[in-house]
This record gives sequence, C-alpha cells and structure tokens, in this order.
Amino acid sequence: MDFNQRKRELVKEFSPMLEKSSLVSKLWYFVLIAIISVGIYAFYLQFINGHKVTGMRDNVVWGIYIINFIFFVGISYSGAFITGVLHFFNGSWKYSIARIIKIITVLSLIVGPIFILLCIGRLDRLHYLFIYPRIQSPITWDIIAIMTDLIGCFIYLYLTFIPDFAILRDTTDLKVPNWQKNVYRVLAIGYQDTTSQRKRLHKITEIMSVMIIAMAVVAYTVLAWIFSLTLQPGWNSTIFAPYFIIAGLYSGVGVIIITMYLIRTSFKLEKYIRKIHFIGAGIVLLIISLLFGYFTFSEYFSKWFSHKTNDVELLETLFSHYFWEFIFANYIGVLVPIIILFFKKLRTIKSVTFAAVIAVLGLWLNRYLIVIPTLETPYIPIQDTRPEFIFYTASWIEYALSFAGIAAFILMFKLIMKFVPIIPISGIIDQERFEEKRIKNLGEQNK
Amino acid sequence: MENNKIEKSGTNRRNFLKLGFISTVTVATGASLFSNLINEEESALSGEKIRLLTPEGKIVEVDATNINKYPEAHITSAESRKGIPNRKFVMVIDLAKCKNARNCVESCQKGHQLDYNEEFLKIQLMQDNKEADPYWFPKPCFHCDSPPCVTVCPTGATFKRDDNIVLVDAERCIGCKFCVTSCPYSARIFNWGHKDKFKNTAIPYSPETGIPGTEGTIMKCDFCPDLLRQGELPHCAKACPMGVIYFGDINEDIVTNGEETVRFSKLIKERSGYRYLEHLGTRPNVYYLPAVNRQFPLERGFDVDEDIIERYKNVDYVKELKKQGKI
Repeated sequence: MDFNQRKRELVKEFSPMLEKSSLVSKLWYFVLIAIISVGIYAFYLQFINGHKVTGMRDNVVWGIYIINFIFFVGISYSGAFITGVLHFFNGSWKYSIARIIKIITVLSLIVGPIFILLCIGRLDRLHYLFIYPRIQSPITWDIIAIMTDLIGCFIYLYLTFIPDFAILRDTTDLKVPNWQKNVYRVLAIGYQDTTSQRKRLHKITEIMSVMIIAMAVVAYTVLAWIFSLTLQPGWNSTIFAPYFIIAGLYSGVGVIIITMYLIRTSFKLEKYIRKIHFIGAGIVLLIISLLFGYFTFSEYFSKWFSHKTNDVELLETLFSHYFWEFIFANYIGVLVPIIILFFKKLRTIKSVTFAAVIAVLGLWLNRYLIVIPTLETPYIPIQDTRPEFIFYTASWIEYALSFAGIAAFILMFKLIMKFVPIIPISGIIDQERFEEKRIKNLGEQNK
Repeated sequence: MENNKIEKSGTNRRNFLKLGFISTVTVATGASLFSNLINEEESALSGEKIRLLTPEGKIVEVDATNINKYPEAHITSAESRKGIPNRKFVMVIDLAKCKNARNCVESCQKGHQLDYNEEFLKIQLMQDNKEADPYWFPKPCFHCDSPPCVTVCPTGATFKRDDNIVLVDAERCIGCKFCVTSCPYSARIFNWGHKDKFKNTAIPYSPETGIPGTEGTIMKCDFCPDLLRQGELPHCAKACPMGVIYFGDINEDIVTNGEETVRFSKLIKERSGYRYLEHLGTRPNVYYLPAVNRQFPLERGFDVDEDIIERYKNVDYVKELKKQGKI
C-alpha cells in the first residue's frame, strides 16, 4: 500500500475541519468569548475589591473555586490515566478517541490551576511561593506535583502531534494561512517518518505514557491530601486519596463521553467515533460508578455508624440544609448511571451520554458537599449573627468565573481542533501499516 | 556504523539538555529552600560592643545587636520571628469567673484596631450536652506547640516562636487560607476587602503589633507581644474585671491576672486545668479551669447587646429560655 497516497487522502478527508469555520462554529466562538469576557470582568472586580465580592467568609474560606479546581484537575488526572493505559492496547478503535482524551487532559490541567489562583487573596505575592518555599506544606507538594504533571502531559501531547504536523507540513494543497504552515514546519522538528524516527518516537511515547500515569496519580493524591491532612471532621479521612482517584476517573470518563458525543455529532465523524466507543466507555463508567458509590457509601456510613459528635453534626447539616443536593449527588448521580449502563438494552449512544452528564453533574455536587458543609461545621460551633458567615452561597462573580473556565476549556478545544485533525492521521496510518505487516507475516507462515 | 554513533550522541545530548532543564529548576527551588534555612539560623553581629552592668554587679560586654531596644525600638519582621528570649508564654482561663462582660473582646479590638465583628478573642456559649450547665467560654488563639496552621503555611508567613507565640507576618502572607481550614479552633480571621484603616502608616508595620492590617491576608490573636516586651499583660487579661484571664511564663512557673500571682503548675493541678480538644494533639498553650463553683449565674452574661445574644440562639439552653419567654 502506498502510505503517502493514503496520507493525502486522509488529509483531504479532515481538511474541511482545519480550513474553514461554519457559521455555527463562528457563533460558538462569539458566545464563548462573551462568557470569558464576563469572567474577566468578574476577575477584575475581585482583584480590585478583594475577596469580599465572593460568597466566601471566615468559616467557609474556600468556595466553588476550589471545587472547580478539584473537578478540572480530576478530569485531567483521569485523562492522563486513561491515555496512558490506552497506549498499551492495540486496535484501530483507540486512535479515534486517544487525541480527544489527550487534549482534555492538557486543557483541564491548564484551566484547573487558574481556579486555585482565584482562591488566593494576594495574587501579587504569588512569587513568595518560590522565594520562601516551605517543603512541609502540602500546598508546596501540590505545586510541584501539578507543575510536573502539566509539563509531562504537555510533552506527551506534543509527541503524539509531531507525525501529524509532519503530514500537514508535507501537504502542499492545504488551504490554510501561510503562518499556520510555518508553525507546522517548526513544530514538526524535522520529522520525516523514517523507520528509525518512527521507532524512536514510539519508544519515547511509551516511556512517557507510563510516566504520566504515575505523575497523574501522585498529583491527584497530593490534592486529596490538602483536605485529608487537616483535622477537619469531614476531611480527615484515610480513604480520601483513593476516593479522589476514583472520583476523578468518574468525572473524567463522563467528560470524555460527552466530548465524544459533541464532536461526533457536530463534525459528522460517525465513521471514526462509533457506537463501540460509547459502549466501551459506558462499561468503564459503570465499573467506576460502582466503585465510586462504594467509596461514597463507605465514607458516610462509617461516619454515621461511629457517630462522633462532629461527624453527626456534619451529617445533620448534609441531611437538612443540603438534603436535595445530597440526594442528587450521592443517590441520583450514582444510581442513574448504574441503572442505565447495567442493562445491555439501555446502552445506546444517547443514553450513555445522558448517564455521563448525570455522572459529571453529580460528581461536581459531590465535591461541593465534601468541601462546603465541612467548613460550615467546625469543631467549635459557629456563633455568629451574620448569615453569610454561617452558610456559604456563591456570588455571581464566582459563577461568572466558573462558567468562564468552562468556556475557556471549550474555546481552547475548538482552537486546537482547528489546528490539528482531531482524529490522528498518523495513528490511522500506523494501524494500517501494522495490519499490512501482519497479513504479510501470516502469508509467509502459510507458505 | 559511524552514522549510528553520531546519532547516538545526538540523543544523549538531547537527554542531557532535558536533564539540565529539570535539574536547573530543582536546584533553583533547592537553593532558595536552603537559603531560607540559613536566614533563619543566622544572626548577624554588628561588631559594635556595648558595656553593661548586670544585676549581680558585673560588667559585661555584649554585641550591640543583642540588646533589646524595646519599648522605643521597632521590631522588624526578622526580629519578630525569634521571640522574647527565655520565655514560654502561657494563658489560663478561669471559666468559673467569666460572666460574658466582653471587656476582653472590646479592649482587644481597640488595641488591635479591629472592627465591630472582628474578634481575635471570641466568647462562645458552650453546653457540652443537654444536661450539662452551659458556661461562657472565651476563646483566643491557643498558640499550639504543634500548630497545624504553621505546618501547612506554604511561605512561612505564620510561624512558631521560641517563646510559644504563633505569629502571622502579614507582609509574607499570600492569602491562600490553608491555615484557616487547618485550624481546628477557628482562631483565624481573613481580611476580605480593603479598609481605610489599612492605610494608616503612622506606626511602621510589625508582625508583633499587626497594625495596620493588610487586605487579603490573615490575622489572629497574637498574645500581644508588643505589650509583653514592655512587661505588661495582654489587652484581654488587663481588661477583664473578674480576673478570668491569667497570663504568665511556664519557665518561671508563674501566671497572673493582674490581681493575684500564682504558681502555674499548682493552679492547673488544684483546679483540674485542661486544654480544649486535647485529643487533637495540637498541644495548646491555653489552659482552662472548669466552670465549677461559679461566681456568677450564667444569666448575668445575657446583659449584652441584642445582636450578641442572637449569636447563641442555637444553644439548647437559649432555645429553652426563648421558649419560656425569658429573653
């Protein structure tokens, strides 16, 4: 088979995504930029007036910013975990989703830490973290872990982009601006797809895929420790790190399914992102939802059964002030995906996506219920008359910035898709090359 | 063969560069960590000697930097990290005498230039269980010997001194609030927005006074080290009309409430002194004497503003009183 010819074919197939934006797409850009602008204005207000514009006060000092932080870093961690694992699977199916997952991994790791910066009262002193570092603080561990993870994930993403950059560089009839062609040339760093280059790239990618699994697990564990190493009744739990790891996977797989669905329908990629992907991801989500439900039950059940005073106070708050949130996060958010995904007949593309949406929303709320009610029930009861000091309600500034974070995530995703084909051309070629070799080998054996 | 070799060395160089980048980052962080350690240990001597007469009548020569210039001198951030030599401060709060007069709170607020709702020292109404008699519970910072807030601080803005005091340097604080979530006693207050009083630079800032406050940073009870340096009691202990708050030095085994001076160890032993939430292992330096043989009925404490009484509405005892229409 002439692979150069095949490359041209594939580029031609995917080039519409790179060459022009549809009207709907332009409308999307406009809406996303508008949401981000509101977020930037909200940030400006917060920076000028201080944190009093948020709903955070002396008891609940961390609000939905830190929940978004856990949420996005969790998605990133699970993305890294899944791509790392995918690397060791064979089959053409993995190439259709591998790049989507990698982009999710990197982008959520860029958006997530922005939210932790929003929690910081003096952003102008951020460099003190490096001038006066104290290694015993879990925050320092977190910074080291997340920075390492970000660099690792970025390298990994780039490695898988190189062969595609080379292909795009070599396609002369691609209708993109000149600067974009130049960027392809530079980023391809002289990759010519020779056998030795291919081998080397494959080896580096393999090493990196193992490394990012480890880095992601460490980063998310350290994040869980920020909570579980304190003395707070709702947080000081030994299962927090593994619980967070499972929760991260739960939301991560959910976001992957939703993204797959959106890309499949909006770019007509039914040929590549097939039902089998949704069924496969749905089964993974089923297993994780069972594990997640098990961890959640175990965490709250032990609190309820041993009924230490402070744990009981926390549970009472959860079941009174946060009753519906608790039901949605920990019953509906777990049981509905389990029911949908458990029965073979119910597993369709739409229903799997629906289960994923429920899982993601439920998990976000679950994180909310881990952070906020704990801070509202400290050891020494809150005796205050100011309602905002007793119960936390997020202000519009916090919501605006949260939505801006989601919008920034989608916007960056769209921009990357405009720049490189979302289905890796090199991956398809690799697979076809592999198949050809296998057929040849079989033929030789039969002789 | 030759080609192969060249290619190999090429990869090695790349690897080396990569390694170089990673190690530069590590070294940079490591170096600043290390220099941090040195700065804390080092005490630069000026070389200038001053002759002094000791209480025993001997003349000794000491370095000028070792002389405590207080009260006139301004205590810098670096000096405030060391603490007052040979002291181990401790506080004992006699719950049997407290009647929620709130003089301690008000005097503390005045001394630290705090607003109405900003309280370094809070007076809680505690009722350990439904049957138990409620009692007034003044709660300052406990200045723990194993302070969780100090452990988690990423920049060393909050620190433990040799004289037992846990202090905050608002000029170092980045406002991450991790200390607030790690303190099991809710002792910390965050400056949520800008206030005009922060502009007051009549006196230069010192962590020992905490004045003026800074937007976006943490503040808390500091045991008033500026007063301690002058040989005075903290604002709260000075202001209490009942002599509830004893303050002193474990090294000298003495505490005083301004009226009587007693042996700390004897007081704790005879009156069964305890530390609040001892099981958390934070080893506080604030001790409580149980509320037995009260000097005042609890109701005396309700002689305060409506707004303050409203704070205690969730306490079982207050609920009962409200039901009976007594408040």
